[in-house]
Amino acid sequence: MSIGGFVEGRWAQAIPSFGSERMGAPVVAFCRLHDREIRAREPVTAPDAVVIQDPTLLHQIKVFDGLSPTGYVVINSGRSADELGIGELVKSLPAGHVLTVPATEIALRHVGRPVPNAVLLAALCALTGELKLESVEAAIRHKFKGDVGERNVAAAREAHAMCARGTAAKGAVTHAQAV
Amino acid sequence: MTSPLPIKFYQTGTFTVGNRLLDVSVRSVQSDSQRNNSLNSGHRACQGCGEALGARYALDAAMRAVNGRLVVANATGCLEVFSTPYPESSWRVAWLHSLFANAAAVGTGMAAAMKVKGRTDVRVIAQGGDGGTVDIGFACLSGMFERNDDVLYICYDNEAYMNTGVQRSSATPAGARTATTPAVGEAPGNVMNQGKNVPLIAMAHFIPYVATASVADLRDLETKVDKAMRVHGARYLHVHVPCPLGWGCDTGDTIKVARLAAESGLYPIFEAEYGEITGRRMIRKRVPVDEYLKLQSRFSHLFKTTEGRARVAQIQAIADRNIARFGLVPEGAPA
Amino acid sequence: MLKQCEGSQAVAEAVALCRPEVICAYPITPQTHIVEGLASLVKSGALSPCEYINVESEFAAMSVAIGASAAGARAYTATASQGILYMAEAVYNASGLGLPIVMTVGNRSIGAPINIWNDHTDSMALRDAGWIQLFAESNQEAVDLHIQAFKLAEELSMPVMVCMDGFILTHAYERVDVPTQEQVDAFLPRYVPRQSVDPDDPVTIGAMVGPEAFMEVRYLAHAKQMEALELIPQMAEEFRRVFGRSSGGLVRPYRCEDAETIVCALGSVNGTIQDVVDEMREAGVKIGSVSLCSFRPFPSAALGKVLGHASRVITIEKSLSVGIGGNVSHNLRMSLPGRDTKVYTVIAGLGGRAVTKASLRRTFEAAIRGTLDPLSFMDLNVKAVERQLEREKAARRTGPAAEAILRDLGPTVGASASTTTHGPAAGAAH
Repeated sequence: MSIGGFVEGRWAQAIPSFGSERMGAPVVAFCRLHDREIRAREPVTAPDAVVIQDPTLLHQIKVFDGLSPTGYVVINSGRSADELGIGELVKSLPAGHVLTVPATEIALRHVGRPVPNAVLLAALCALTGELKLESVEAAIRHKFKGDVGERNVAAAREAHAMCARGTAAKGAVTHAQAV
Repeated sequence: MTSPLPIKFYQTGTFTVGNRLLDVSVRSVQSDSQRNNSLNSGHRACQGCGEALGARYALDAAMRAVNGRLVVANATGCLEVFSTPYPESSWRVAWLHSLFANAAAVGTGMAAAMKVKGRTDVRVIAQGGDGGTVDIGFACLSGMFERNDDVLYICYDNEAYMNTGVQRSSATPAGARTATTPAVGEAPGNVMNQGKNVPLIAMAHFIPYVATASVADLRDLETKVDKAMRVHGARYLHVHVPCPLGWGCDTGDTIKVARLAAESGLYPIFEAEYGEITGRRMIRKRVPVDEYLKLQSRFSHLFKTTEGRARVAQIQAIADRNIARFGLVPEGAPA
Repeated sequence: MLKQCEGSQAVAEAVALCRPEVICAYPITPQTHIVEGLASLVKSGALSPCEYINVESEFAAMSVAIGASAAGARAYTATASQGILYMAEAVYNASGLGLPIVMTVGNRSIGAPINIWNDHTDSMALRDAGWIQLFAESNQEAVDLHIQAFKLAEELSMPVMVCMDGFILTHAYERVDVPTQEQVDAFLPRYVPRQSVDPDDPVTIGAMVGPEAFMEVRYLAHAKQMEALELIPQMAEEFRRVFGRSSGGLVRPYRCEDAETIVCALGSVNGTIQDVVDEMREAGVKIGSVSLCSFRPFPSAALGKVLGHASRVITIEKSLSVGIGGNVSHNLRMSLPGRDTKVYTVIAGLGGRAVTKASLRRTFEAAIRGTLDPLSFMDLNVKAVERQLEREKAARRTGPAAEAILRDLGPTVGASASTTTHGPAAGAAH
């Protein structure tokens, strides 16, 4: 996401905050996008958007703590928000701000591995309009060279098409948090 | 083991002299008036210092083998202290002392620098005493071996921390009295251990060359240094160097004590390439360990009690095991 | 080239541009990505000639660097936390021998209890080792400081540590302008050692020095650091001319001109502090901040000038000198001779505790109100400590303290707002 922001000429900062966890442990990472230099290096505590990569965490951890009342939520799941038991959250946010995407399935189809990151990033950008799809694609190709990159791009495109809808420009600052 | 020479030197008692009887081409490095004198006279070692003798022979042999293209890393210890009381230095080689535990790693760094500079003619020796090698410097030594860095490491083994006043190291032999293994109580002297054979551990790294040597056979030492310098990669030479002060022997007996260590089987002299033993110095006239031990006051307590005699028997068993393991006497020879 | 990349990757590229000839690598979080990046550059041939040596410990890393530097090669290594302590003896040795080694420290706490997150305890532990210590505020500055560090080290024949906050900088993706080889070559000349171990000119290095000369040798190191006080700003200025941006220097003041309150800190927390300064300035508070880029040498005069007429100074310190308090404030008082400036020492962010704008602002406001203690601990869970002290008073065998406090706090797994730690604290990433 920060690379996508950079591609668009914005200032971006991405900080993983995990350290010694082994595969499968719950971890969190932050990203900020801004139109001027980002100097603050505190963790994001009041995100404008939250991306949940593993829906099993929804009821174990307070993943929505500090979320802006006009914030966005993207969850990696084929089930609806109601089925996931977060109907209350949906009601507290503006209509259409909560999105569930079967990102792991889409990734498996395109990439062949359960790596939902690119898919979720595309979904987040489609939902918020924060980054253009081309920027997301450029970021993916930057991180993953060759065939793996192209497969992730294809997965991102599918997710973007699935989620795309017209969104107005957002405020200058976006704080995103992925769990 | 020693380069096959046409003349025996038994008449001199050691292998160190008699070069005038030989053809110039096979004379020892030390007999050459143009030798480098790498560790020059005027240093402050004690009388009869085996380490000073060993270092001088080893480095002169190395300097000849590499045409003077040599740099040396030295661990902290007696050798470093007695050779460089500021602002004097006995070293006639490019020489660096950094720390006690890191000579092997400093050697690695020097070798890397020479390689990156394209100065492949410059060779590297790292050296230290037994404390700086088998104890505190062991990790760096093993790392240097494992990476097969182009360094010859020479350990001058005088079997204790002599620089600090004769404390036990892991090279101190079973039963020996040191300042930290005093000859008092029910188990006087050092623990009756089997020791830590760093040459064998070096061999377990499958490095190109490992050898042991002794100041009792300086021609053999020179030959092994020469051989080591003609090989690239990690090499290890372990030199037995009596310390009259620490061992409590006569300062004129350094060579004699060293020879008895070898002839009793307590200090096996051998060489190995890529983990396989390729040569051994056969024992010429086998002696019981008593003859070696009795010359040194660090073992004197062993001869005063029945328990002490039992310990001497254990030490004899160590010597016998060495002889059998390394094949130091011909098969069928009297035990 | 302007790019968005991880701090460690940017530093690896910057170090490579400095053409190091020997790199000693030993993994320790959070520095590891730097030496990994360099491994790729050497293996691929992009950085050549260069010897990359995977050593068996940090002690060996510094020792190999010592050997290489003494033999005339430009030597580099990186470490953090326990690693810098493990190499401590060699760290002193490198400066004592006057070897211009450059080392990155990915700042991390020191255990026990084991903790892999950021604070400055590691660099502070070696502050008296005779190395120059520069602290980077951002990844851009980390890049720039490395380029300056090689030049500074070689000009003075003195080693330089570039300190960058672990994770917060080493693992952060930020916008960084990585200079071109031509720019770096124009700035950093070829290394010509003042001394070297060389068969062409055999000298003895590292001799035993007795009381008759030891003080002079140590004083020489101090004199050179005093020289560095002149050289560091000159170098920053020269850097600006070649690269077109300001980086480094001794101190960097922010909105200090008329400030009554000045906050002083090392490293990446300065950015967060500047945001708070802006917010409070908007509210009419006369506050400014100063980033201490050079901690050794300590820029007493330059800092004294910045602190000028301020009536109070607040130091935000990511290390604790147990038994007295602050390292920075202790040094900073030397910059305020004869002044009755109030100095507030604030220990913050130990072991990766997040330093937030909200907490900083609360702290600054308390200092201005006069309600802040001379020594305070930001966001310290005082109750948890008090409960542990009570437990220890009540019984003898209370067991290990860290585990007792963790048990008391209960499970902390999750995206909690106030901490960045997750999962059990027992994971070892050394």
